Amino acid sequence: MSDADVLLRAEGVGKRFGGFVALQGVDITLRAGERLGLIGPNGSGKSTFVNCISGDFAQHDGRVTLGGAALNGLKPHRRARLGLARTFQLPQPFNSLSVLENVRVPLLFSGQSGSATARAMHCLEQVELAAKAEKLPRELTQVEQRRLELARAIALDPQLLIADEAMAGLSHAEIDQILLLLRRLNAAGTAVIMIEHIMRAVTEFAERLVVFVAGRKIADGEPRAVLSMPEVEGAYLGKQ
Amino acid sequence: MSATEDHVAGRPAIDRPAAALATASRVAPPPRHLLFWLAAAGLGAALVVGLRMIGNEYGYFAGYFILQYIVLASAWNILGGYAGYVNFGAAGFMAAGAYTAIALRKATGLDLLPGIVAAAAVAGLLGLGTGYLTLRLRGVFFSIATLCLAVVLQTLVVNWDYVGGSRGAYIVRPREVPPFVSYGEYMFVVMLVLAILAVGISRTVELTRLGRGLQAIRDNERAAEAMGVPTLRLKLIATTLCGALMGVAGAPLPYYSGYLNPEAAFSLAYAVNAIAMPLIGGAGSWLGPVIGAVLLGGLQQAATVTISSALNLWIVGWMLVIFVAVAPRGILGWFRKRT
Amino acid sequence: MDPDLVLLLNGIVSGLLLGGLYAAAASGLAVSFGMLDIVNIAHPALMVMGAFTVVLIGTTLGLDPLLVAVLQAPLFYLLGIAIYGVYHHFFERRGEEALQGLAFFFGVMFIIEVGLVMGFGPEQRFLDPPYAFTTLRLGEIDLPLRMLAPALLALAALGLLYLYLRRSFTGLAIAAVAQDAEALRLMAVDPVRIKRLAFGISVALASIAGGALVVVQPVEPSSGQIFIGRVFAICIMGGMASLPGCLIAALLFGVVENVTATFYGPSWSPAVAFGWLLLVLAFRPQGLFGKAA
Repeated sequence: MSDADVLLRAEGVGKRFGGFVALQGVDITLRAGERLGLIGPNGSGKSTFVNCISGDFAQHDGRVTLGGAALNGLKPHRRARLGLARTFQLPQPFNSLSVLENVRVPLLFSGQSGSATARAMHCLEQVELAAKAEKLPRELTQVEQRRLELARAIALDPQLLIADEAMAGLSHAEIDQILLLLRRLNAAGTAVIMIEHIMRAVTEFAERLVVFVAGRKIADGEPRAVLSMPEVEGAYLGKQ
Repeated sequence: MSATEDHVAGRPAIDRPAAALATASRVAPPPRHLLFWLAAAGLGAALVVGLRMIGNEYGYFAGYFILQYIVLASAWNILGGYAGYVNFGAAGFMAAGAYTAIALRKATGLDLLPGIVAAAAVAGLLGLGTGYLTLRLRGVFFSIATLCLAVVLQTLVVNWDYVGGSRGAYIVRPREVPPFVSYGEYMFVVMLVLAILAVGISRTVELTRLGRGLQAIRDNERAAEAMGVPTLRLKLIATTLCGALMGVAGAPLPYYSGYLNPEAAFSLAYAVNAIAMPLIGGAGSWLGPVIGAVLLGGLQQAATVTISSALNLWIVGWMLVIFVAVAPRGILGWFRKRT
Repeated sequence: MDPDLVLLLNGIVSGLLLGGLYAAAASGLAVSFGMLDIVNIAHPALMVMGAFTVVLIGTTLGLDPLLVAVLQAPLFYLLGIAIYGVYHHFFERRGEEALQGLAFFFGVMFIIEVGLVMGFGPEQRFLDPPYAFTTLRLGEIDLPLRMLAPALLALAALGLLYLYLRRSFTGLAIAAVAQDAEALRLMAVDPVRIKRLAFGISVALASIAGGALVVVQPVEPSSGQIFIGRVFAICIMGGMASLPGCLIAALLFGVVENVTATFYGPSWSPAVAFGWLLLVLAFRPQGLFGKAA
């Protein structure tokens, strides 16, 4: 992979809490526009990795760059402006603000020109929530809250979206809705890292698969090949 | 970074900007700034004319009392109401403003108006410093720090002989300040202008992206940060603004009473009213503190005639507790479905 | 011996005794703030209220103040349970503890302070139990019973609390309730009941600390304000939820404050408390003994 194609480069990323090693020596390189699935059993370090990339952990081992810019030491909001968006395992809306205002917040601080309101409506249309722009987040259904999370992420005009279990607790049809939205976003050029326990979603979406076990990366490659590796089957799928 | 431009250009065309704009204008009416300032100026002028016609010095006294609380409550609301960070140190910031005015007068002879500017600067820096040391942690630590701030400032002032120490300081008041009919009217008008400015500032904060960012912080700080909101910077702006306005509320105090001692400047009444007024009126909206200050300030002003000041404050304390428990959205919350 | 050194030694010893008292005051906060995550800023006000009730009951019945402090603790336990009931019903349950809950405790603190002013007047109150004027001497070091007896009571209360939290099932549940309320529910323990009980204990401790305090020094209704800085600084410095940490921090704090007062005058002691609090928050918010997150 030539350097020009690289969007995200994580080298030797690790994190320990006191004496507990949550993540160790992870190298991941992502091309612009790539769809990566990240799987692993609970506690394997997936969320820790996400928090290292997103800046929620101020300090960790290793180096992370996005589009050539070093992310280490940057606060989450600086990373967001560099084109890094994330969704949360549990939707984290601004509860006292309307759906529209929820999406306006990232636009107001992104430095993009033009009317934040019009752009926010545009984002809401992309996730088919425009009709509920004036509702409060608590008036939305679970899948609508997930779509709101995606609309806020889209508003950041991201180069990379990290979708952290964006489909947990959803029905079959609802999972398809979210998958469709992620595909559209990806078709527009955004690279996606999908962290998911729902294997159907990952295998349908990802063009490459990374597997974490006990804080280490044990596999990285084409999904079918990765899933048939004996150590992956043993460590992860065997327990399902 | 050419990748950004490429993928924006390559995005599938599902744009419907016209429709989006039409919906948008229905959702958010444009803020009417000019109307607000005109209405405020008109109301202020009507108050001055009305009080002059009544011609009673007590009217100016009661008016000053309530207006000073409008400034204080609006200041608290910028940090507490919008961002959800509780400042318990209103008395400390207010006294910092008052003693800045005294010190400036003693050192340079400059009087009230420069004193107000200096008070804003000193109290603003105090807010910034407290915020800078504590705001990287959970919000309660900031609150705890402000809770102690008043006690410490009082210790410093009591030990500071230059501004009178525990004996207090005198400021000789002129009998008349033309073109005002009396010194009381002059002080009233000064506080009136400050109150209009404070409410205007707090309303502007609410309607601009600073206010939206603070609200996002109040609702979910981690998500706000992830959405590109520079949370620490916004909080520091808010603490500075909050402190500065509280200092402004205090600066005229020595000029108003002609004498100030630490006990009066650090009165508990300021600390509790600064919190009770916005919360009872309706925190989170610029109008809430105004309603709370007029209501609670008016009640206290009327009640001092019949009951002791301690009982008066005791009632405010109970009202605060009862309101936050039973009506957490305040009086404004009764009229609005949403916050 | 060098008179300055004697002064310093005596400053340190009475600082340690004072620190024992602070430890009792802060340990209640370590339970409510540290373990239950309830930011009870009215804690020092409740302590001052305890001091006033000790004065009232002690002088009316002619009982020893430290005995009264212990006897009144169950009443304050009930008061704590009532306060927690209101707090839980209106704030914790609704998830509004951050702004409204804090304002609630501020209101409670204010009501107590102004209530004491109305009931007793703003003046200082103090008590002179018969042993107040006896002083033990160890060489050059003075050990006034006026300070030694309250410190011993405070340390005994702290020790009992420590044993209770370490040895009893309920005590262990209290230590666990903030971390993992769900796990408690699975063990068929009602987290709300545990928190109510623990909060009651923390207020009872405040009243014992208050009773001990009024033997050591005069107390006035506004004394709580000075103690806010002290107890929160100690509680945070000790690592929030750790009783041994709390004790060590309190002893250290007592010594620094007392030595400062000995050499620069007692009017500066609130500034010492606040300075410590700010330094701790700015540089070691995880406490003296905690690890960086």
